[in-house]
Amino acid sequence: MLVYGTITMAGAESGSQKKVFDAEAASFLVKELRESFGSGRTRSYEWRVSQVKALLKAVVENEDQIVDALRSDLAKPPLETVVYEVGMFKNSCEVILKELKHWMVPEKVKTSISTFPSSAEIVPEPLGVVLVISAWNYPILLSLDPVVGAIAAGNAVVLKPSEIAPASSSLLAKLIEKYMDNSFIRVVEGAVDETTALLQQKWDKIFYTGNGKVGRIVMTAAAKHLTPVVLELGGKSPVVVDSNINLKVAARRIISGKWGLNNGQACISPDYIITTKDCAPKLVDVLKTELENCYGKNPLESEDLSRIVSSNHFARLSKLLNDDKVSGKIAYGGEKDEKKLRIAPTVLLDVPQDSLIMGEEIFGPLLPIITVNKVEESIDVINSGSKPLAAYIFTNNKKFKEQFVKNVSAGGLLVNDTVLHLVVHTLPFGGVGESGMGAYHGKFSFDAFTHKKAVLYRSFAGDASLRYPPYTDTKLRLMKALIGGSIIGIIRALFGWS
Amino acid sequence: MSTSTDKTTSEEEKRAFVDAEAASLLVKELRGTFASGKTRGYQWRVSQLKALAKLIVEREQEIVDALRNDIAKPPLETVAYEIAMLKNSCKVALKELKHWMTPEKVKTSITTFPSSAEIVPEPLGVVLIISAWNYPFLLSLDPVIGAIAAGNTVVLKPSEIAPATSSLMVKLLGDYMDNSCIRVVEGAVDETSALLQQKWDKIFYTGNGRVARIVMAAAAKHLTPVVLELGGKSPVVVDSNINLKVATRRIIAGKWGCNNGQACISPDYIITTKDYAPKLVDALKAELETFYGKNPLESKDLSRIVNSNHFARLTKLLDDDKVSGKIVYGGKKDESKLKISPTVLLDVPRDSLIMTEEIFGPLLPILTVDKLEESFDVINSGPKPLAAYIFTTNKKLKEQFVGTISAGGLVVNDTTLHLAVHTLPFGGVGESGVGSYHGKFSFDAFSHKKAVLYRSFIGDAPIRYPPYTNTKMRLLKALIGGGILGIIRALFGWS
Repeated sequence: MLVYGTITMAGAESGSQKKVFDAEAASFLVKELRESFGSGRTRSYEWRVSQVKALLKAVVENEDQIVDALRSDLAKPPLETVVYEVGMFKNSCEVILKELKHWMVPEKVKTSISTFPSSAEIVPEPLGVVLVISAWNYPILLSLDPVVGAIAAGNAVVLKPSEIAPASSSLLAKLIEKYMDNSFIRVVEGAVDETTALLQQKWDKIFYTGNGKVGRIVMTAAAKHLTPVVLELGGKSPVVVDSNINLKVAARRIISGKWGLNNGQACISPDYIITTKDCAPKLVDVLKTELENCYGKNPLESEDLSRIVSSNHFARLSKLLNDDKVSGKIAYGGEKDEKKLRIAPTVLLDVPQDSLIMGEEIFGPLLPIITVNKVEESIDVINSGSKPLAAYIFTNNKKFKEQFVKNVSAGGLLVNDTVLHLVVHTLPFGGVGESGMGAYHGKFSFDAFTHKKAVLYRSFAGDASLRYPPYTDTKLRLMKALIGGSIIGIIRALFGWS
Repeated sequence: MSTSTDKTTSEEEKRAFVDAEAASLLVKELRGTFASGKTRGYQWRVSQLKALAKLIVEREQEIVDALRNDIAKPPLETVAYEIAMLKNSCKVALKELKHWMTPEKVKTSITTFPSSAEIVPEPLGVVLIISAWNYPFLLSLDPVIGAIAAGNTVVLKPSEIAPATSSLMVKLLGDYMDNSCIRVVEGAVDETSALLQQKWDKIFYTGNGRVARIVMAAAAKHLTPVVLELGGKSPVVVDSNINLKVATRRIIAGKWGCNNGQACISPDYIITTKDYAPKLVDALKAELETFYGKNPLESKDLSRIVNSNHFARLTKLLDDDKVSGKIVYGGKKDESKLKISPTVLLDVPRDSLIMTEEIFGPLLPILTVDKLEESFDVINSGPKPLAAYIFTTNKKLKEQFVGTISAGGLVVNDTTLHLAVHTLPFGGVGESGVGSYHGKFSFDAFSHKKAVLYRSFIGDAPIRYPPYTNTKMRLLKALIGGGILGIIRALFGWS
């Protein structure tokens, strides 16, 4: 097998060639997959099920290797890998295996008297050859979850894992080659050059997970070929904390969603908190207590926290802490170890809205708290910025909760918890505005990679001549009534009463 | 810029402007209106839908006149396909809107117990609708109906190639609709470019693939999602052993009966067997004469060609060397009146000009094959069209067609009618477009389906929280897996 990529991969067999994956190679790859797709093999239920089972097997049989790869790439705690990367992916596969037959069945729809006699249905069909570009923070889940959706929908797939998580990228290439039908499912490793070469090709869909800057590049490239896209991006996911709540539980859930998810490096991690000036001190105290319960007095040493992924991101996060505007605002944490790329859970209180930390998605273990006079003001604060991928609220106030759900626009909302909506496969997972377009999970994954083809069946009987020229006033009247679809209208028209 | 007969200042204010600054101000204004929450309420949306329904009914004659002006469209076509279809869209929206606006409850599993979840539809915000010239009324207002039903503020940019309709739209929407929320911008390339530079929450474009790429690239700068309703070469596969008379009449109705072939889902070309072709040609000739008489250039029941550009384009297709001698019917032209008569060509080569672009006019080429099954490869060798049609009584062939032909929509034993079925999504795939609308799909096209999960403070399992232990890991694995047995096993340390 030719191994494409410009980075050296650990464990590559001696003697295997390494070519640069350029536009020509990309074009060749797409051509090859198109021919495979043209064979029709991916259409069958059996093929799709066999591939989903194979991918499931790949993950289950290699769980240890996956844990090691994530440890290597991110120092991700094994529990997080096992639960959030492996466990969630297994669940996706199980949902597909259970529901796929049902999803593949054409959906019959009602027709009206306008087209009588007729029947109609919506037939789901694969789009063809799709490209999935993954991210570095949940490199296994964010690669395989879209891929398994594409397979379930009957497509051929090219996966481009993130080079910023090289051990995972390498492992994915190895597992997919070993377990999957390589005529239809391939991995291309690499960085900007390889991704650019891939983006120049004509795909039937592109599924991208990452940031808004690259999201724009992906969509612009897709526009050249009218390729539809799903863009799973991010934003500043706010947490509104009301008074009169179970503060301990709320704090623990915030901690779990923030530092318990890859140390804040997750697209739906709580980014910042909004609470009242009155509540803030209590919230800070509880956070401090619970953080110490979770990570001990020396969180830089804790094995239950991911490290920062790279020195670039470490520098970026340090800059946010060094910003003049937040000096003196650190209420907890702030410790760093550059050598180990570690930053301790850090809470900042009363940061100004024009500070750096409030100007970009943090994607790290820093949690600023903004305070307002009345908690209702938080909705305006949130809506004054770009629409985030998620928004959270902790409250027992029914009216406030309803106001929040109605007025805050985000990809998804959670009341009295954080991040969990990710595991509810009956909910579409995706952004809106700057946080993305399209959605997936559960059936939404199948739909994301499917064309819903409208089909109308007519018979040769019942051929009303009113459609046909020469056009007369009578025909006009009757056509109007027929399109209107009401029996009475038609009868009136037939009798010349309209 | 097109002109209006009404030159009061307020009319001009509502009309065209040239630059990006004015476009930016317009979007800002509409964002402010949207933020006020005005468009969110059911009552406002219903009032606007009713206003639209009213204007369609009350101003029917002006609409018929504008279409006659722009494209010599026969009144029956305007009334049946533009007006009646719009009325139906309004009716469906008014009937179903309450239901569409209701959040959809969804099941949650033991993984998040106790919890409840729902999908809440919300408007995207400020949307741009760019319309086309061939069904200028329908293709402007049908998307607008969807946008309003979904609670958005709207800017409509009608096509300048249908100026009478464009101008009428300004007047009618200005008179009947809530102008703080719904606006019309007239103009051509400059005005459209100015609009496309702005940040919209959705752009809905109807037209051709070249401009669609420009629209999508502009949208990409702001991560604006798009619906692109484009076109392609919609093929008609004609089998033997069918009711040839009915099939022929339906092909004619879908082709020349829809704006003289200038419709995105008009049958573009026919594929039939070498054996059957002569019979088909004879039937077409007979029915065409029944419909349009011996002098079709004079018939009032045919739209004219929209402008001299398209007239020249279509003439070029007929003048192509590769199709000389292939015209079996028609081919007459009247340049001064921009009329081309219904024309049928037989056995055109696949590399002729007429077979390489969407015809969008009154020319119907017939390709012949030895066995009809070959037609599927012919169709699939080209870009995916917006529609594909087949006339057959052969069940197996029909199933093969539906199973292997990829197009926006398919119709068996008729043409174009799927447009009228509001329970079917209307849109393309591949080169023929992105996204769909009609009926509830219109509402969905302009909505964000927001996921909402509700949890309570009770039932707080400590297994989520650090410090992480093997026990917690086992239990969490089981919990995410969602199976009761798995959880019990884990609880008892059996996994």
